[in-house]
Amino acid sequence: MPVRQLLGGGAAPGPMGVGADKFRVPGLLIGFLAVAVAASAGLLIGPADIDRTNALKELLDRLPFISVDSGLSPIQKNIIWEVRLPRVALGALVGGTLALSGASYQAVFRNPLADPYLLGAAAGAGLGATVAIVTGSGDGVGTFDLVPLLAFVGALIAVALTYLLGYSSGTQRSPAALLLAGVAVASFLTAIQTFIQQQNVETIRQVYSWILGRLNTASWDEVSLLAPYAFASGLLILVYRRILDVMRLGDLEASSLGIRPQLVRLVVICAASLGTAAAVAVSGLIAFVGIIVPHTVRLVAGASNRVVLPLSILFGAAFLVFVDLLGRSLASPAEIPIGVITAFCGAPFFVIVLRSSKRTLG
Amino acid sequence: MNLFVVNEVGVRIEDVPILSDVSLSVNTGEWVSIVGPNGAGKTTLLSVMAGLQKASGSLSIDGRNITDLTLRERARLLAYVPQHPEIPPGMTVNSYVLLGRTPHLPFLGMEGSHDFRLVEQVLEQFDLSSMGQRTLESLSGGELQRCHLARAIAQATPIVFLDEPTTALDLGHQQQALDRIRLLREEHQVTVVMTMHDLTLASQYSDRIILMSKGRIAVEGKPAEVLDPIRLSELYGAQVKVLQVDDHLVVVPSVSKENP
Repeated sequence: MPVRQLLGGGAAPGPMGVGADKFRVPGLLIGFLAVAVAASAGLLIGPADIDRTNALKELLDRLPFISVDSGLSPIQKNIIWEVRLPRVALGALVGGTLALSGASYQAVFRNPLADPYLLGAAAGAGLGATVAIVTGSGDGVGTFDLVPLLAFVGALIAVALTYLLGYSSGTQRSPAALLLAGVAVASFLTAIQTFIQQQNVETIRQVYSWILGRLNTASWDEVSLLAPYAFASGLLILVYRRILDVMRLGDLEASSLGIRPQLVRLVVICAASLGTAAAVAVSGLIAFVGIIVPHTVRLVAGASNRVVLPLSILFGAAFLVFVDLLGRSLASPAEIPIGVITAFCGAPFFVIVLRSSKRTLG
Repeated sequence: MNLFVVNEVGVRIEDVPILSDVSLSVNTGEWVSIVGPNGAGKTTLLSVMAGLQKASGSLSIDGRNITDLTLRERARLLAYVPQHPEIPPGMTVNSYVLLGRTPHLPFLGMEGSHDFRLVEQVLEQFDLSSMGQRTLESLSGGELQRCHLARAIAQATPIVFLDEPTTALDLGHQQQALDRIRLLREEHQVTVVMTMHDLTLASQYSDRIILMSKGRIAVEGKPAEVLDPIRLSELYGAQVKVLQVDDHLVVVPSVSKENP
């Protein structure tokens, strides 16, 4: 499938502009620019004393057909390539995945309050991570750490449990039953997680740090762990972007247009949950991105999922890389948890967009 | 020629019979109105015919049993406009009408230039070209109704089911909507089946009227055969008169001066 089709529409629109979306191309350009700016800032700024011009030369040196001597020491080069770059890459992947998952949940449930953790992914991941931490199976660092694995498995089990409960509730498989099942599963798993946490107070700091979300342990291992899931999930959801616009008509009208709403919901929920579980596994619980980014995109660029989904990836990626940079710069050398920064920066920004936009949220 | 045949259809919801033993047929190019008092089963019958409500009995279109068709095949033959269609927030008129092309596209495919051209023509026919970039929530009731009809016509099906297409429209817009359907029916050779409350409009536009009561067909036939004042008074529980004005029948309530 051509990249242009994947990111935007199909054939060129007709002469009267049917099928044209004036925000698609500029939105994508601005989105890519935002990612580039945030990534550059993330690579050039940090507590280590590295000259930014030399750091920039180091980056340019790695581009094909360009050879520049950066003058950086091996340790400084190592900081750029093994500390900052994986952190930027992980931030972009996590931000893009959470924002896309949030946008797709909002689309299939037709509920503006839906977020990636709606079906219990956060509670399941929290329980998995807590079990790993209190049993000493992992400390949140390293390749063989069990925290991401159990968080990933916990998130997937929670979503599967929600789906089974919601669709066996005898209420004609309505999305509302699924949402309520999500609330029940999340409450139940959170109760277990809190109980385990209470029984193991010596690890409460580690658990709390995981729950607030972090990218400070980012390494290429974590990037390679998340990347396949993020790309597979993103690709599948993007392919469904037109169908998700049909789903906005409700199940009855979508059926009358030849779409099976329950099948679409299952596929998109599976894809979004897989991406969310993988993101949560490597970064902990980073709230806010999955709600604020898609809604900001909607307020600025309109409600069509053909635009909202690809732009959510780009702006989610840029947003998280940027707030991570703030989190590690504002109180340097200490770090502010990224979950705090996402809410602290995101909430006022969202209010500004909400007040200045004439568009409606859907 | 029978295009659509409904054979002994029944629907029960929580053991309450909503439709019982309904059989009817619709001919190619015909305009059929289903009328009846509230709770007669009009909307249920229409959604059963559109394949959107499970029912006992059988339905066939052009000789093929509807259960043998996939959902997409069905959507290429039957368009359905519900009484209160969803208005997705922020969706533009262009995008909304374009959704009508869904059954003709590969499942995960995108629209092509043929779809854009067809939708442009439909928008022109419905006087919607100038408001293509406007959102649905910014439209008036009459404009919205035109959008719903335009989406159904963009679906390019031989049969269109309309559930109360003139609800919430004033007199002028009711007439405009029905005139437009009549024009499109002639241009596109579309067969129309619709539910209606307004018996006068139903009689003026339909070839045939099906009068329903308590989930069954009470009587069907040409408007003059069905709209009998005694029968209507019995079924609707109201005194009505049926007047002949020019070539049309007009159904009016007959208010007794003795019982204000």
